[in-house]
Amino acid sequence: MPKRTDIKKILVIGSGPIVIGQAAEFDYAGTQACLSLREEGYEVVLCNSNPATIMTDARIADKIYMEPLTLEFIAKIIRMERPDAILPGIGGQTGLNLAIQLEKKGILHECGVELLGTRSESIERAEDRELFKELCQQIGEPVLPSKIADSVEEAVEAAEEIGYPVVIRPAFTLGGTGGGFAQTREEFDELIKNALMLSPVHQVLIEKSVKGYKEIEYEVIRDANDTAITVCNMENIDPVGIHTGDSIVVCPSQTLTNKEYQMLRNSALKIIRALKIEGGCNVQFALDPQSFRYYLIEVNPRVSRSSALASKASGYPIARVSAKISVGLRLDEIRLANTPASFEPALDYVVTKMPRFPFDKFDDASNKLGTQMKATGEVMSVGRTLEESLLKAVRSLETGVFHLHSRKFDGYTVNELEDYIAIGTDDRIFAIAELLRRETYMYENETYNLQYETVNSNQEVPKCAAVKGNPQEPECAARNNDICDPIGEIAAITGIDRFFISKIRNIVRTEQLIKEDPGNAAILKSAKKTGFSDREIAALWSMSEREIFELRQNHGIVPTYKMIDSCASEFESYIPYFYSTYEEENESIVSDRKKIIVLGSGPIRIGQGVEFDYSTVHAVQTIKESGYEAIIINNNPETVSTDYTTSDKLYFEPLCPEDVMNIVEMEKPEGVIAILGGQTAINLAEPLKEYGVRIIGTDCDAIEKAENRDLFEKLLLELDIPQPKGAAVTNIEDGVRVAGEIGYPVLVRPSFVLGGRAMQIVSKEADMRHYLKNAVEVDEDKPVLVDKYIRGREVEVDAVCDGRDVFVPGIMELVERTGVHSGDSISVYPAFSISDNVKGKILRYTHKLGMGIGIVGLYNIQFIVDPTDNVYVIEVNPRSSRTVPFLSKATGYSLADIATLAILGISLKEQGIFELYPKEKKRWCVKAPAFSFAKLKGMDSYLSPEMKSTGEAIGYDERLHRAMYKALIASGIRLQNYGTVIVTLADEDKEEALPLVQRFYHMGFNIEATIGTAQFLKDHGIRTRIRRKLSEGSEEILDSIRAGYVSYVINTRAILSGVHYIDGVAIRRCAIENNVTIFTSLDTVKVLLDVLEEQTIKVAPL
Amino acid sequence: MNTKKKKIILEDGSQYAGTAFGADRETMAELVFNTSPVGYQELFSDLSYTGQMVVMTYPLIGNYGTCEDDYESAVPKMSALIVREYCDEPSNFRCIDTLGNVMKQYGIAGVAGVDTRKLARHIRDHGSCRAYIVDEDRNVDEALEELRVWIPDCGQVSRVSTPTIYEYDRSQAGILQNAAPYGPDDPKYPEYPKYPGYRIVVVDCGVKQNILRCLADKGCHVTVVPWDTPAEKIMVLAPDGVLISNGPGNPEDVQPTIQTVRELRGRVPIFGICLGHQILSLAYSARTYKLKFGHRGGNHPVMDIKTGKVEITSQNHSYAVDADSLENTGLSVTHKNLLDSTVEGVECIEDRVMSVQYHPEAAPGPADGGYLFKRFLALVDEYKSCTR
Repeated sequence: MPKRTDIKKILVIGSGPIVIGQAAEFDYAGTQACLSLREEGYEVVLCNSNPATIMTDARIADKIYMEPLTLEFIAKIIRMERPDAILPGIGGQTGLNLAIQLEKKGILHECGVELLGTRSESIERAEDRELFKELCQQIGEPVLPSKIADSVEEAVEAAEEIGYPVVIRPAFTLGGTGGGFAQTREEFDELIKNALMLSPVHQVLIEKSVKGYKEIEYEVIRDANDTAITVCNMENIDPVGIHTGDSIVVCPSQTLTNKEYQMLRNSALKIIRALKIEGGCNVQFALDPQSFRYYLIEVNPRVSRSSALASKASGYPIARVSAKISVGLRLDEIRLANTPASFEPALDYVVTKMPRFPFDKFDDASNKLGTQMKATGEVMSVGRTLEESLLKAVRSLETGVFHLHSRKFDGYTVNELEDYIAIGTDDRIFAIAELLRRETYMYENETYNLQYETVNSNQEVPKCAAVKGNPQEPECAARNNDICDPIGEIAAITGIDRFFISKIRNIVRTEQLIKEDPGNAAILKSAKKTGFSDREIAALWSMSEREIFELRQNHGIVPTYKMIDSCASEFESYIPYFYSTYEEENESIVSDRKKIIVLGSGPIRIGQGVEFDYSTVHAVQTIKESGYEAIIINNNPETVSTDYTTSDKLYFEPLCPEDVMNIVEMEKPEGVIAILGGQTAINLAEPLKEYGVRIIGTDCDAIEKAENRDLFEKLLLELDIPQPKGAAVTNIEDGVRVAGEIGYPVLVRPSFVLGGRAMQIVSKEADMRHYLKNAVEVDEDKPVLVDKYIRGREVEVDAVCDGRDVFVPGIMELVERTGVHSGDSISVYPAFSISDNVKGKILRYTHKLGMGIGIVGLYNIQFIVDPTDNVYVIEVNPRSSRTVPFLSKATGYSLADIATLAILGISLKEQGIFELYPKEKKRWCVKAPAFSFAKLKGMDSYLSPEMKSTGEAIGYDERLHRAMYKALIASGIRLQNYGTVIVTLADEDKEEALPLVQRFYHMGFNIEATIGTAQFLKDHGIRTRIRRKLSEGSEEILDSIRAGYVSYVINTRAILSGVHYIDGVAIRRCAIENNVTIFTSLDTVKVLLDVLEEQTIKVAPL
Repeated sequence: MNTKKKKIILEDGSQYAGTAFGADRETMAELVFNTSPVGYQELFSDLSYTGQMVVMTYPLIGNYGTCEDDYESAVPKMSALIVREYCDEPSNFRCIDTLGNVMKQYGIAGVAGVDTRKLARHIRDHGSCRAYIVDEDRNVDEALEELRVWIPDCGQVSRVSTPTIYEYDRSQAGILQNAAPYGPDDPKYPEYPKYPGYRIVVVDCGVKQNILRCLADKGCHVTVVPWDTPAEKIMVLAPDGVLISNGPGNPEDVQPTIQTVRELRGRVPIFGICLGHQILSLAYSARTYKLKFGHRGGNHPVMDIKTGKVEITSQNHSYAVDADSLENTGLSVTHKNLLDSTVEGVECIEDRVMSVQYHPEAAPGPADGGYLFKRFLALVDEYKSCTR
């Protein structure tokens, strides 16, 4: 079937702000889909409220609406644009849910809009558990015994009937939000209410648990002609019970025989055909490790996180093909790089995906993993063996480890380790490695003196059987359940297949071999083949990483680069997509063009999100347009930057000095750009420079000037720019003394941090001691910064400096006062309350700093403006920032492009930019943070200097309050203009809060408060219902929140006095768990009230 | 465990280093590659690989060991298996032995630690070729000379075929590979219980067990006969249909079978698979030719020209039927490979004859082509109702 000509204009719905479970993968999918449709000649209208995306760039679609993704707004766009069709399967669950709502409400029918791709009946059949079960039973595919429940009572009954353990799955939620596993009735009770609440249809599925089964996924794709293929399959190393987004996943499957592989493939194709899906689809199975029994767990009738991973792992662009299928093309009519799309990729490497968790930032959040996804991002790595692939993934994570070794477990006993690995956590695999390290070490020292020829593969390592002096024992380890079988033991405890555990043991054994033979080149070579990092080998040999690097160079031990060509080399092609391995043939052809390498930003984490990928992609585009060969190094499978069509050449590699250097040595680029890939790339600048690499753009000295406290202070003094009083301290006593001198409250944080990690406002000496003792490591190498906390307005700029001139496209003002991380603040362009005088100072300082530091490219400055219009500089980030895409879209100046040109030596003037600060735009743009608190159990939602948001949304309008309204809605806040407000305030905030509470009261809200606040409000004429405090032994206040009638909770914490209320933590947690909107900053409340008043028509007597 | 170093010498003189697993022997054979990620056990026991050494492009081989039910022949005849990494600590609930042990038992040499991607690219660029696996210390010039004068066997089919006629005993067969073969829905072909008791004679040129299982599973009585059984002897068995099996080598070397098919055509429905497809085409006077490096893997898309539907196929062949040569033979193309447009299936409606180049019995690889057995049995049905 050729493509359809009866449709011309197509609306694509994006996925909105990034939250856990719905992240950058939809930017990648959406960008691909839009380009794919335009390539076929369709007019594309896009709606997505996330400004930090490539997808919302002018070049991706014909028309872009960055409006809130709600039924109301999308309906307006449809009525205005009158598209012929809508493509729903690209914007994640958000896009899909919206499309279904649009159809159900009759809006699509009314406007004559067709749903492309999978029909809505099919979507519903795949997503509604009961319908899905029915369908599976019809076609004879096994599903887990389960029951739907709409109430707590029904749910309990269902669980009893199915029998514990059971799994709870709320219907229609992202990343399994609110789901869980319950071994007992007690655990069940704890989960069920929240699960029902979080489902938009208040429905849950109670299901038999198959914990311990293998979790296998297939990515399948089908066209309207019923041709269906599988792109690849994936095996979760962690068994069923841990969300696949939180599991370590390998592609393809490693432990399935042909029978199992084809059995599940057949089932996946059968289900996609029965559902009549047109496009990509993800099918998840639970497979009994002891039989052929399997169950279909879940079907996602759309592109997903897994499909992004599968696309990168296989080289098969699922979203691009899905978009073309939706306009009628058949798989055999769609061409890929070297084959038709009806072909199944063949892999000749092992892909490992590891999730990136936010637990390093939030020690109060539980790191136990379950059916609810907690990872914020992921890394992918490619190798020719599992060991190599896994070790590359580990060092890509940027969690401070460079090997399958975490210091955390050094002090654990064997018993403690065994207990630890029984539960799925973010670092279980490190504990497994440690356990194997102990056991390997133990028996090898007691019984062996091993003579090894080489170390690269497992076959040289004697078997357990040999230990027992019984060489006749069958060598098949699978049948060898000896007492000295640590692999079997660990497999039994964890449910992880012994195949993977024996691979981890290979790694551990290789450590031993390396350790025994320092400096041996043969050992070095086999260690590299096994995937060991230079850094780990250096540690084992007590050498420096540089020495290992040089030793390798001297012995010619350098990696080869293999192509990811999707066909295991069967067809001749040149796809510029490479990974490293230590083998014989190098396939990466080094051209004679001038090249620039751009360092990516690695996995998405809180504080370093998709915004940095946006800058990377822009840089690459500009570099290409300027006539250079643009090369990207990155390891995040979710992003646009790792689409091999983005750059001239893509290396899918860890972002460690060694891995980057190997590429630099081969490609010999003109320079490496480090200032666009966030802190990841910036941190690489110095080590690379030491290897003699030319860092272009802002250089290492300049970076040092901005990041080194002393140098920076000196510079500010020279430039006569004020900053809050402060000092760097290296021990506790110093810290206490300095804080005393400066005067409390002070802002404390470790130096060199990301996203305000471990940053706190400290109000008294006791807290200061506690912080320095417990919250951070403080020593000579790790100074802690202590600054005067100045209460005032926070203002932020992103600017470009070319070495001669500076360009500031706009000034952003933050709604929340200092003390809330700028990434968690509502940010407004243009600034709404500061005077021209202040603006002048900001521009002057920005100019001076850009020139003074020696910036060439982008930089970001944060200012505090105190009530008397003094402007202080808080920090300068000598790199691309979180706000670059927002400000680019708000002002119309593509900052990353301008900066890249400046880096390439084209001055601002040559680019036609002659003024420091252009005329401010008339339209207000508001950026609001989006949070994922509901997914991180136990995490305090209080806004602080430590960044907590996972994403952002934009709202724009000619009127400020309307722009704010849109931004708040788009960020996922439920705005209600009636109902009840619960107010619990710190004493110091009461005066300030009073007019705010009055405004709620006059709009007709009921007010509830704890005794202290209630008395205060009553004294000021506000009728308030008193709720007893938790400390009074009552759960009254929590019951109110749970009851479902509360619209907002306002809770503040005493910053100045430093008094902490335990009640506050419980109230905040309860509000999050019950999906009640909570505000912890009065500034945000003020904005909310402005917005609500604008929306609410008041009543008044004559 | 053996860690003897080995090298693979190709006829153009290039060399690849590795370590031995499986049988420790020097061997000469035709070097080919296969891109399947799973199914190494089915592969090494597939008699079509007789006299070949196979490079697995997927780097990790041996992960799940070997299982009792996954053999495609009783005595595997592959010459050697070349892999990137051999796994000697397998894990699977059905695993009874390691791959290396089993290969040792059947005299199949193994070389691990090879840059298999480089080797596969070599084969792709220069075509499949002769190769010699030797001990590391062997003199290369001598070995190369030996290799160059070596004349490959062309009577593999006679060596792998059954010497006698036998009835296939389903109860001995183990479980069916790919328990639920699935093809695009086609209501034309009813479910198999409708074909009770048909007698299918399978001409064994090196037949894969799963072909027999598939037929038996659909209720057929299966009689297996030697490759050179004359047509009249087959007709004595009163077949309702004849299947010409897969097998190793050049189809032109199998003249007796070609003659048999020539004599059978038009008298009984015939289904050819792989080598059987080539034999059938030759029997209709079409021509075959050798592909540069053949098709081996489980991912080639093939279009059923009648329905326009695409299926993913299991492939293993060096030779193909020349599309141009089909003109005026009475055969027409039914299936075509979407990657290189080679002929993947032919039929002669008049004679109730059909054949495919790929493997509808899968094992290993996708079972999308499973419907072809139904299509064949529908021909048998039709034939029966005419002759009844």
